[in-house]
Amino acid sequence: MNFELLTQMIVNGLIVGTLYGVVAMCFVLIYKSTRVVNFAQGEFLLIGAWTCWAMLVKFELPFYVGFPLTLVFMVIFGVALQVVVLRPMIGEPIISVIMVTIGLSMFFQALVSWIFGGYTKAFPQVFDTASVNIGGLQVETAYIMSVIVSVVIMIGFYFFFKYSRMGLAMRATAFNQQIAQSLGISVKHVFAASWAISAVVSALAGVVIGMVNGVSSALSFIGIKVFPVVILGGLDSIVGAIVGGLLIGVLENLAEFFDSQWLHLGNMYNIAPFYALVIILMIKPYGLFGTKDIERI
Amino acid sequence: MRCGEFRTTYQADMTIFPTPLARRVAVVSVGLLLLAPLFLDAYYLNLLIQIGYYGIAALGLNIVVGFTGQISLGHAAFFGLGAFASAWINNNFGIPVFFAIPLAGLLTMAVGLMVGIPAGRIKGLYLAIATLASQYILEDFFARAEWFTGGSAGAMASPFSIFGYSMNSDKSFFFVVLFYVVVMFLAGANLMRSRDGRAFIAVRDHYLSAEIMGINLNKYRILSFGISSFYAGIGGALFGHYLGFVSAEGFTLLLSIQFLGMVIIGGLGSVMGTMLGTIFMVLLPEVMEFGVHLVGSNSTALTQALAYIKEMAIGLAIILFLIFEPDGLAHRWRMIKNYWKLYPFSY
Repeated sequence: MNFELLTQMIVNGLIVGTLYGVVAMCFVLIYKSTRVVNFAQGEFLLIGAWTCWAMLVKFELPFYVGFPLTLVFMVIFGVALQVVVLRPMIGEPIISVIMVTIGLSMFFQALVSWIFGGYTKAFPQVFDTASVNIGGLQVETAYIMSVIVSVVIMIGFYFFFKYSRMGLAMRATAFNQQIAQSLGISVKHVFAASWAISAVVSALAGVVIGMVNGVSSALSFIGIKVFPVVILGGLDSIVGAIVGGLLIGVLENLAEFFDSQWLHLGNMYNIAPFYALVIILMIKPYGLFGTKDIERI
Repeated sequence: MRCGEFRTTYQADMTIFPTPLARRVAVVSVGLLLLAPLFLDAYYLNLLIQIGYYGIAALGLNIVVGFTGQISLGHAAFFGLGAFASAWINNNFGIPVFFAIPLAGLLTMAVGLMVGIPAGRIKGLYLAIATLASQYILEDFFARAEWFTGGSAGAMASPFSIFGYSMNSDKSFFFVVLFYVVVMFLAGANLMRSRDGRAFIAVRDHYLSAEIMGINLNKYRILSFGISSFYAGIGGALFGHYLGFVSAEGFTLLLSIQFLGMVIIGGLGSVMGTMLGTIFMVLLPEVMEFGVHLVGSNSTALTQALAYIKEMAIGLAIILFLIFEPDGLAHRWRMIKNYWKLYPFSY
């Protein structure tokens, strides 16, 4: 057994896992406050990464101008999406809400491929991407950057929900919309803000992944990979999203490792999380930290 | 002058066709379709055949989504399973295609019942995610199982033949598809009059009340998955034998979404709406192609973008229908009918 490869894989899993955790957190944020299951989460990453790429390569802006502009664009995009498409869907059955986000995902994926083409394009060098040697392991600097960014985002989320006015309003809305409204919280603003935050943070993750792997439609598959993560962690738990992200990231790398060493089935990296998803749904449908639905007759 | 539909007996309320006129229209339109190969060229026949096999599969999805209220995001995988199963049964056991198609339906149904077991325990959003997983797992299985699907090379499906007469042209295969469409749609409409169909609707409308009334929730949830997979399997088998070749790449999440789009645009819980939705969904890309050629037939940029434009149109159609006409084309059709029934005094 190749221990060096195994540790390398686990470290890779943890790095990818933090990014999954961040995206899953955005997914949970939307689900928690607006009860919308966002199948278009991957498209946020895709659009964010492509917008940033266009700013840096097409308009040749420096990174410190182009990147904030991308984030501003994503705020506008997130709010517009909520107001135009999702607001009319409030109170509709769950199948309609799911289908609307699936329709959005399909629409934007095609639009983005139309505008930017179907090929992977590399980001310009923003950071030095030489590998560093940490305890005998080769880790790319961009990966370290991505972990740092993810951890900063997670800490930011913690303080946002703990102390800021909007964060508290969001938690109140997630707890009970009617009570929140009667206390003077504008639920409309909360809904719009949660979509905006989710779009911005997803775009951030998209840019980070784009810097490492290049920008392509493959980014939107992360939006699908988020489902095993949130089901494992619990659909409405932010902590669960992070823990689930790390676990799924490690799981898929371990599956890849065992596959390459003994099984030789191929494609385990992409498919193992879905087997895990089915098993979790069978034995523990509300995940590790999710609240159970209690139904009254 | 009539001012509405009034049914005075239970028999009248339970007929497959709501009015005698609807029955006559259905019979006449099937009769006209029987003559269609005489007049239409291969392009239009191809469209009709597509509407046929997609329509059968979409009806299956409507039984699960529209009538039982379960969400399935993995219908394309079952459609593909039917296509592979029929080719496999035909190639490996030498069973004629004529029998292989229903057998493929039964095989798909068996797999659907297995996938449906989680559906007995979970519902709504969780079920949507579980079926999404099953879509990816089955897709992976298609690429992997060479004994069954031929792996990345794909499987050959021999043409449909009956009494030694091979139906491999558009004209002759059209009749096969038409036969299956009539049988499957009548069976679907009839299912909704039966005890099982009413149980499905009860589960959809209020599952707790249904359970209290003695309906076995687990049984009917799994059964509706099974029936839906049977329809998908038949549709897929027809698809496979029509194209003559089944490749593992065609049955992606995108096709599942298209099936859901057909059901939603047509109208959830409406047999006729399923047909309308399928027609809409099959014609939409063609209309887009026509429009692109009309606007700029010599602009290469636009023709290259055609695939993306088609995909965007489907996504946009789903969104617009959900926002502006959530009950689908069937509801719109009913409104038009009511308007004209009472024409100058329609208020």
